[in-house]
Amino acid sequence: MDAYVHLVPWIVLIPLAGFLFNGLLGLSSGSFREQKNLIGGVATLAVFIPFLLALWLFFMMSSESEAATVSLFTWIEAGSFTTDIGYRLDQLSLLMTLVVTGVGALIHFYAIGYMSGDEGFWKFFAFMNLFIFAMLNLVLADNMLLLFLGWEGVGLCSYLLIGFWYSDMAKSDAAKKAFLYNRVGDFAFLIAMFMIFQIVGSLRFEDILAGTTLFTTDQVFLIGALILIGATGKSAQIPLFVWLPDAMAGPTPVSALIHAATMVTSGIYVISRLSPFFMQSPELMLLVAVIGAFTAIIAATIALTRYDIKAVLAYSTVSQLGFMFLALGSGAYVAAMFHVVTHAFFKACLFLGSGSVIHAMHHVEHKLHDEGKHVHFDPQDMRNMGGLRKYLPDTYKTFLIATIAIAGIPPLAGFFSKDEILVMTFNAGMGTYGAVYIGLWAMALITAFMTAFYMFRLTLGTFHGEFRLPQKLAEAKGAEKYLHESPFTMTSVLWVLAGLSIVGGFIGIPNFVVATFTGTADVNLLSNWLDKTTMDAELTLSKLVEWFLLFGSVLVAAFGIIFAYRLFEGDQLEASDARISERFGALYQVWNEKYKIDEIYEGGIVRPTVRFSDRVLAVFDMKGIDGFVNFVAAMVRFAGGVARYFQTGLIQSYAYGIVLGVILVIFMLLFR
Amino acid sequence: MEMDWYLGLSAVLFTIGVIGVLTRKNAIVIFMCAELMLNSVNLTLVSFSAQLGDVHGQILVFFALCVAAAEAAVGLAIIIAIYRNNLTVDVTKINLLRW
Repeated sequence: MDAYVHLVPWIVLIPLAGFLFNGLLGLSSGSFREQKNLIGGVATLAVFIPFLLALWLFFMMSSESEAATVSLFTWIEAGSFTTDIGYRLDQLSLLMTLVVTGVGALIHFYAIGYMSGDEGFWKFFAFMNLFIFAMLNLVLADNMLLLFLGWEGVGLCSYLLIGFWYSDMAKSDAAKKAFLYNRVGDFAFLIAMFMIFQIVGSLRFEDILAGTTLFTTDQVFLIGALILIGATGKSAQIPLFVWLPDAMAGPTPVSALIHAATMVTSGIYVISRLSPFFMQSPELMLLVAVIGAFTAIIAATIALTRYDIKAVLAYSTVSQLGFMFLALGSGAYVAAMFHVVTHAFFKACLFLGSGSVIHAMHHVEHKLHDEGKHVHFDPQDMRNMGGLRKYLPDTYKTFLIATIAIAGIPPLAGFFSKDEILVMTFNAGMGTYGAVYIGLWAMALITAFMTAFYMFRLTLGTFHGEFRLPQKLAEAKGAEKYLHESPFTMTSVLWVLAGLSIVGGFIGIPNFVVATFTGTADVNLLSNWLDKTTMDAELTLSKLVEWFLLFGSVLVAAFGIIFAYRLFEGDQLEASDARISERFGALYQVWNEKYKIDEIYEGGIVRPTVRFSDRVLAVFDMKGIDGFVNFVAAMVRFAGGVARYFQTGLIQSYAYGIVLGVILVIFMLLFR
Repeated sequence: MEMDWYLGLSAVLFTIGVIGVLTRKNAIVIFMCAELMLNSVNLTLVSFSAQLGDVHGQILVFFALCVAAAEAAVGLAIIIAIYRNNLTVDVTKINLLRW
């Protein structure tokens, strides 16, 4: 492996070059900004070439390969502390690199069409390349500090891209919110790094993983919990998940790339990376699993009530990330990474599909304006849609494929990964804290049902039935003639991602499915691939139980789909929602108000902090600190006021002084 | 004692210069008085040089005269510049930086 590891810095540096090219030329030259094909082409290539390099490495590597590291230079050296800019190539980091650059390149290509009308085209692609650079630093770093650099870098790019249309106050606020929530997590992550350094004396993953025995159980729990808090910030878990739904203010390709496929999975990556460390404390694992399961079910219930097409997808993302954390907490690191990969495929497809829909709805609004009708409607609101399958056939088909994939119907990608998570959670129910894990498994099963339900609610509400906008707005009569499918550059990407959503699951076929017929089997490619880098819990279930669980999860997904179909097929979106609301009463209200978590933070943390600052800190600052400084200044001023009368400012009076002095000296010389 | 006369003249010139610098308000007059003080010192140097038969004093005076010429040019230029800005060369009125 060592022979190829020198390629890794290139993988990281090419996107940086793309960022500098587009960023610097765009800053300095107005005519360059109009060269949209050049800008988009360079940016896409700057991600695609690293993908090809990663693919080459993938074929050169086997699951047996030892991890290799390459160090570019010493970054920081202080006393006994040194950190290199160094990269680590192993099965786990290469898998993440493939996902980041592969899905990233597709989304860049899609964005050329999606962003073509935007003034900040060059800036958008510069930021996207910068994001890829930061993300690759995160996944390829061989030490925690470089990982943290990438960690902060993706946070920055996320902020820049959520607030891409910064002239809209709400969008700029959403960007700030995302940044601040991430900071809370980052703070915990930093403290965890300090503690690890104090105990191990190094931040290199090699040393940390080799030194797991140096930690006491309490230290493992404390440090693990701090890392977990960091991960909940980045990966949008309880208690820090509320920024992700707001982050949808950014352009849709950003939502697909950063807030669905890559950045939000970095928390899962970090915990997988440190799996031998986390495995030492069953309490810590339980905490991870509990957070995951609760996030999954809470986000899923909120998703049931949303009408904004991107908001449903956002809560769905939070929910799926919860599944991944549940897998991590159950010791199923392979399953978690598997879900990261398949989720990247189908969620990117869903987001880009929603982008295609929003694109079409925007077009309708513009055309109506051209007609001289001053209509305003929310182009992301499902209630204004319906019946779009006639007008956007490619978008519809790919969206449907991805929806089936996320719902968990075999043999699409989501089924395999989600089923593996459910199996592994049930498996964890056989070990320490078994009863709790069984409870979490039940919650996950309910969540799986809801996932299928709300995703089909979304698909049916958007694409089936009749186009509802003309019924809602009298002025928009006949608006359906303006609906049109997106250009080929966009739909081709949708089809590629839909294809991956279909076949992506076959990299992780559970061994028992084949083993039932052949005795033993070794078909789970992903599990073999990650064997050396993650430390999975032992699977102890019998084949019969596994089959039972597998059918259970298919049945649950199928029920969800059937329910959704019966409720939402044929323009009953709002009527059925009203029925659900009536049925669940107060509970539905809680879901609809998003558990009031934003309000709780607002009332419990933000406003008390502001009030404390206003009444105590501001007063102390003005009276105490400023008062002392002003007192010193006033004293100096007073002394100066007295002393200034000695300085007349008239040259001649000074000359008198000199002459008198000279006479005095002469007298002293003469008459002494 | 011829030296007494030379030194006496020098002392008288120097005193006139000092009194002029200290009492007059016109910058040009002050400037001229300063020149007077300088030249009275030159006179002293030359007289001692002649008295002691040492040529160094006279050479030093030549240097002093050269420097004085340059200094006079710069000084007058400054006074003219001040006049252009303030329309006066009264030193008591040139007090922009005074409290």
